[in-house]
Amino acid sequence: MSDIANTSTGEISVSFAKRFGPWIVLAIGLVIMPFIFSSNIAVYTMNLMGIFIIFALSYNMLLGQGGMLSFGHAVYFGLGGFMSVHFMNYIEYEIVVLPMAVLPIFGGIIGLIFAIIVGSFSTRRAGTVFAMISLGIGELIAASSLIFVAFFGGEEGVSGDRTMGPVFFDVDFAQDIQVYYLIAAWAFITIGLMYLFSRTPMGRMANAVRDNDERTEFIGYSQRKVRFISFCASGFFAGIAGGLFAINFEIVTEENLNALTSGVVLLMTYIGGVGFFIGPIVGAVVFTLLQTVLSNHTEIWQLYVGVMFVLTVMYVPQGLTGIFAMHIPAYRMSRLGSLVVPYIRAGVPTLIMLSGIVGFLEMIHHVRAAAQGEHGMSLIGIEFSTHAVMPWVVVCVLAAVGAVATKTQLPQLREAWEEANAPMQSNEGASS
Amino acid sequence: MFELIFFSLLNGIVTGLLLFMLASGLTLIFSMMGVLNFAHASFYMLGAYFAYTISLYVGFWPGLIIAPILVGLFGALVERYGLRYVHRWGHVAELIFTFGLAFLIEEVVQFIWGKDTKAYHEPEVLQFALFNFFGQDFPAYKAFMLLVSIGIFIMLLLVLTRSRVGLIIQAAISQPNMTAMLGHNVPLVFMGVFGVGSALAGLAGVIAGPALGTFPGMAVVLGSIVFVIVVVGGLGSLGGAFVASLIIGLLQTFAIALDYSVSDLLAAFNITTAPDSALRDLWTLSLPQVAPILPYLLLVLILIFRPTGLFGKRET
Amino acid sequence: MKIKSTILAGATLAIMTVSSAHSADTIKIGFIDPLSGPFAATGTNGLQQFRYAVEKLVNEKGGVLGGKKFEIVPYDNKISPKESLVQLKRAIGEGVQYIAQGNSSGVANALTDAIKKHNKRNPDNRVLFLNYSAVDPALTNAKCNFWHFRFDANADIKMNALTDIIKGKSEIKKVYLIGQDYSFGKAVAAAAVKFLGEKRPDVEIVGNELHPIGKVKDFTPYATKIRASGADAVITGNWGADMIGLGKAIGETGLDVPIYTYYAANDGITKTIGASGKNKIRLVHEGPANPPSTPEYEAYHKGFKAKNPEKDISQFRIANAIQMLASAMDKSGSAKPIDVARALEGMEFTSLHGEKLMMRADDHQLIQPIHISVHTDENITFDSDNSGFGLRTESTVAAADTALPTTCKMRRPK
Repeated sequence: MSDIANTSTGEISVSFAKRFGPWIVLAIGLVIMPFIFSSNIAVYTMNLMGIFIIFALSYNMLLGQGGMLSFGHAVYFGLGGFMSVHFMNYIEYEIVVLPMAVLPIFGGIIGLIFAIIVGSFSTRRAGTVFAMISLGIGELIAASSLIFVAFFGGEEGVSGDRTMGPVFFDVDFAQDIQVYYLIAAWAFITIGLMYLFSRTPMGRMANAVRDNDERTEFIGYSQRKVRFISFCASGFFAGIAGGLFAINFEIVTEENLNALTSGVVLLMTYIGGVGFFIGPIVGAVVFTLLQTVLSNHTEIWQLYVGVMFVLTVMYVPQGLTGIFAMHIPAYRMSRLGSLVVPYIRAGVPTLIMLSGIVGFLEMIHHVRAAAQGEHGMSLIGIEFSTHAVMPWVVVCVLAAVGAVATKTQLPQLREAWEEANAPMQSNEGASS
Repeated sequence: MFELIFFSLLNGIVTGLLLFMLASGLTLIFSMMGVLNFAHASFYMLGAYFAYTISLYVGFWPGLIIAPILVGLFGALVERYGLRYVHRWGHVAELIFTFGLAFLIEEVVQFIWGKDTKAYHEPEVLQFALFNFFGQDFPAYKAFMLLVSIGIFIMLLLVLTRSRVGLIIQAAISQPNMTAMLGHNVPLVFMGVFGVGSALAGLAGVIAGPALGTFPGMAVVLGSIVFVIVVVGGLGSLGGAFVASLIIGLLQTFAIALDYSVSDLLAAFNITTAPDSALRDLWTLSLPQVAPILPYLLLVLILIFRPTGLFGKRET
Repeated sequence: MKIKSTILAGATLAIMTVSSAHSADTIKIGFIDPLSGPFAATGTNGLQQFRYAVEKLVNEKGGVLGGKKFEIVPYDNKISPKESLVQLKRAIGEGVQYIAQGNSSGVANALTDAIKKHNKRNPDNRVLFLNYSAVDPALTNAKCNFWHFRFDANADIKMNALTDIIKGKSEIKKVYLIGQDYSFGKAVAAAAVKFLGEKRPDVEIVGNELHPIGKVKDFTPYATKIRASGADAVITGNWGADMIGLGKAIGETGLDVPIYTYYAANDGITKTIGASGKNKIRLVHEGPANPPSTPEYEAYHKGFKAKNPEKDISQFRIANAIQMLASAMDKSGSAKPIDVARALEGMEFTSLHGEKLMMRADDHQLIQPIHISVHTDENITFDSDNSGFGLRTESTVAAADTALPTTCKMRRPK
C-alpha cells in the first residue's frame, strides 16, 4: 500500500525498503505479468495498457500536478507516433541505422518540440484560456492531419514494419511478447522519471502554481515559466507513449491525435484519480480493460462508461485511487476488518440493483437491435426470450428490491464508516 | 459570380444566426457561472430528437414549442442537481462534468433513438422555393429559420435591457455576490438562465434538425464551433456573440465559395514550387479545404492576442 | 492498490481466455466492422446480412466439407484502424481464420497490412481476409497481397462502368466532381478525370472539389457552387451523413441534373433523401434489386426482410462472398486458409442473381456485372428503408467490360 504516493502531502522517507520497495515490486510485476497472462490477446491488452499508462501519467503532469485542463493532449501523443513511424520507415529503407528499441525517443523529441512551440503562448494563463487554446490547437492539428498527406498519410495513416533494423540478442519484435518487454522497460523508465519530476523542486512549484498562482508570483516564481516547463515535460512523455504506440501497432492514423483520443486520456486520468501519482496508472488499466473486455460482452458499453464517468465526477472526484486512499486511515488503525461486514451488507443489494438495471438496459437494446423473430438472448449464460413477460418482471424486481435494500443498508454503512475513522477528523483528507 | 456571392451571403447569414441561437445561451451561462458548458450542443441535439419524436405524433408546429420547453426543463434539472452539486469540487470539475455529460447524452440518444439518421422533415407548408434568383431556388424553410433567429435575438435583447429580470441577470453576471446580498435569489437566477439557455439551444435544434440532419453526431459537429463564437465574441457580450456568429457563418460559406489556393497566391508573386516536395500539400492547399479549420485558427489567434474577445470586458 | 487492480485485471483476462474455447465442427468467420459509434448502422446492417447469408446459403444446406457449419463472430472495431488491429488479435486468439471487413478503406488498408505481416510471422496460423466493401483501388493494385480477396468492385471499376454510361449521354457537357477529402474520395475523383478524359474529351469538368470528411454541417454552400458552375451532372463518392447532406442541399437549390453516386442508398439515406432525389440520384453498384432478377434471389430477399423488417440487403456481395468461400472449401477439400485461397484464385461462380462472376487470380478482384440504377418510387418491388423508394436498374455493364488492368505483382507463398 505504500505505493500510493500522494503528490501533495507525501513525505520523503529515509528507509531503503520504503523508498525502493514499490519500484522493485513494479519491476518484478512487469517481468512476470506475461507468465500469468500468457494468451496472445492478454499480452496485447497489456501492451495497450503500458502505452496508455505513460500517456495518462503525462497528462496528469498537466491536470493533476499543474492544474492545467487540456482538451488537446493527443496532439503530442499523435505527433510522437507519426514521427516514430516515419523513423521506422527510414530504418527499413536504411536511411538511418538504429535499433527499433530507441524509436520512442524520436517521438518524445517531436512531442517536446511541439510542446515548446504551443506552450510558449498557451501557458500564459491557466483555466479556461488554456483549455480553449488546447481545444483549438487540437482541432487545428487534427484537421490539418487530413490535409497534409505527405506527413500524416491522410485517412489511412502511415504504416511501417517494426522487424527491420539491426537485431540484438535475436529480438526482432516479430512477436508481441517481445514488444511487451520493450514497452514494459520504457514504462518503468518513464514512470520513474515522471515520479522523480514530481519530487523535484520544479514539480513542487507546479503544485504551488496549481493551488495558488498569485501567491507563487509573490514568492518570486514566474507562474508562466513553471507551467511552461511542466507542459514541455508532459509533451515529451506523451510523445514517447506515441512512439511506443507506433511500434506496437505499426500504424499511426489521424485518430491518434484527434479530439476523441484527447477525451479518452482525460476520461481515464480522471476516473483513476488526478490527485495521486498512481491515479492515472489505475485509470489506464481500468479503462483499457473496460474498452477491450466490456466491449466484447455488450454493445452499449460506451453508455456504461459515460454513466460511470459522470458519476465519478459528481460523487468521487478523487477517482478510483481516491476511494482506496480513503481507507488508509482505517487501515493504519487496523480497523478495515470492521468495515467488511457493512460493505457486504450494502454491496450485495447494490449489486442486485445494478444487475437489474443492466439487465433491463441490455434487454431493451436487444429488442431494438435484434433481427425479427430472434427473441432469444442470453445474459450471464441464462437463455430466455425477450418477448416473454417473466424476464422483464425479474429485472424490474431485481432493480427495485436492490434499490430499496440498498437504501435501508446505507445508514449502517455510514455509521460503521464513521466508527472506523473515528479519531481522524474526516475521510476527505486524502483528496488534494 | 454575383449569383454565388448573393447566395453565399444569404447562406452565411442563415448559418450565422443559427449559431447565434446556440451561442447566446452559452455566453450567458459562461459569463454567469464561469463554466463553458460542453453539453450545450447536446441540448441542441436533444431539441432536434424531441421535436422529431413529437412530429411523428402531432406534427412539426407543436414540436416547435414543446421540444424547447422540454429541453429547457431538462437543462434546469441538470443545473440544479448536477452542476450545482459538482460546483463544490471547483471549476475544473464543473468543466469535466459538462464534458462527461455531453458524452453521456450522445450515448443515451443512440440508445433511445438508434444510430442512424432520422427522417425529420420540414413541414409541408414550408416545402417550396421562396424565390428564384438566377435560376437558383431559395427554400422557404431557410427564410423561416432566418425569421425565427432574428425574432429570438430581438426578444433576448429586449428582455435583457428593458425588463426587471434582465436587469437582475445583468447584475448577477457582473457582481453575483452583491446581487445576492441585495436579496435576490442568485441560484434561482442561475437555474433560470441555464434553463432558458438550454431551451434556446433546443429551439435551434428543432429548426436545424430538418435542414442539417438529425443524427447522433450532430452535437459534436457543432459543439466546438459554438465555443469559438463565445470566446471570439467576448465574455458576457450578447452583441459580441451576435457579431462573432455572423463572422463565423460568413467565413465558412465564403471560404467554400471562393476557390483560391496557396499556389494562386504564389503565382501572383511569380513563385513556382516543385510538385513533389514534402510541402507539396501546403502549396496546393485551397480555401474550401481549410474552411473547417478557420474558426479554430481564429480562436487561437484571438486567445493569444486579445484574450477579452472582440467585445468582452473581462478576460475569459 | 496495484495488487487489487491486478487481481481485477487477472479475473477479467481469465474470463476472456476461458470463453475462447470453440468446437471443431464450426468454421468461424470474424466480422470486424463498426458496431458502435457513428457508423454502427452500416456495420450492424452488414452483420445481419452476413448472419442471414451464412444461415440460408450454407448452414441450412448442410454446411461445408461434409457438415461443418459457418459461424459469424462479430468484433466491434468502432471504425478505427487501431481498434481493428486489437480485434484482429483477439479474433486470431479465438481461433478465427477468416476475417470479413468492409467499412472504410482506411481500416481495410490497416487490416490487409497487418494480416500480411501476421501470416509471414506465424506461418502455422494464417488468416484470410475477405474484403466485402472497401473499394480503394490500391488494395488490389499497389498494396495487393495473396491473403486479401475483394468481392466488391473497386472505385476504378465502378467509375469505368459509370463513364461508359455517360459516354452515351450526349446531353451531359459539364460535370462537377465532389467528394470526401481522403483516399477513397480522391480515388473517385482521379478515376473520373481519367475515364472522362478518355471516353468523352468534350466533357468539361467544371469543378473538382474535396470537402472534409464527416465535418461539414451544411452542404448548401457547396450546392450553391455546383449550381453556379452550370454543371449538368454531378459525380460523388460520398457516403453516410455526407451523402445525405449533399443530396438534400442539391435538391433544395432546385438543381435538376443527374447525380451519380456510389453509396446513396439504404441505412436511412434513401428515406431521408426521399422524394427530393427522385429520378435524380443514380447509383453504380453490383447486385441489382429491381426489377427482381431470379426467383432464387426473390426468395432470399423476402426471407431477409421477414427476419429484419427494418434492414435491407444493401450489400449483396456478402452473399457472393459467403457462397464463394463455401464452394472454395468444398473444392479444395480443406478449411485451411492457404488451400482456400488457392481455390478462390480464378474461381468462376454464378450468383443468386444468375450473374457470372470471376475472382481474378492476378489481383484477387472479383469481376462482375455493374449496374447503374435510379432512385425512384415507380416499379419498385424491393424498396429501401421501407420508404417506398428504391433502386431500379437502368443499365448494366457486362462483367468482361468492367475489367481493368492491374499493377498488382502477386507474390504467392510456396
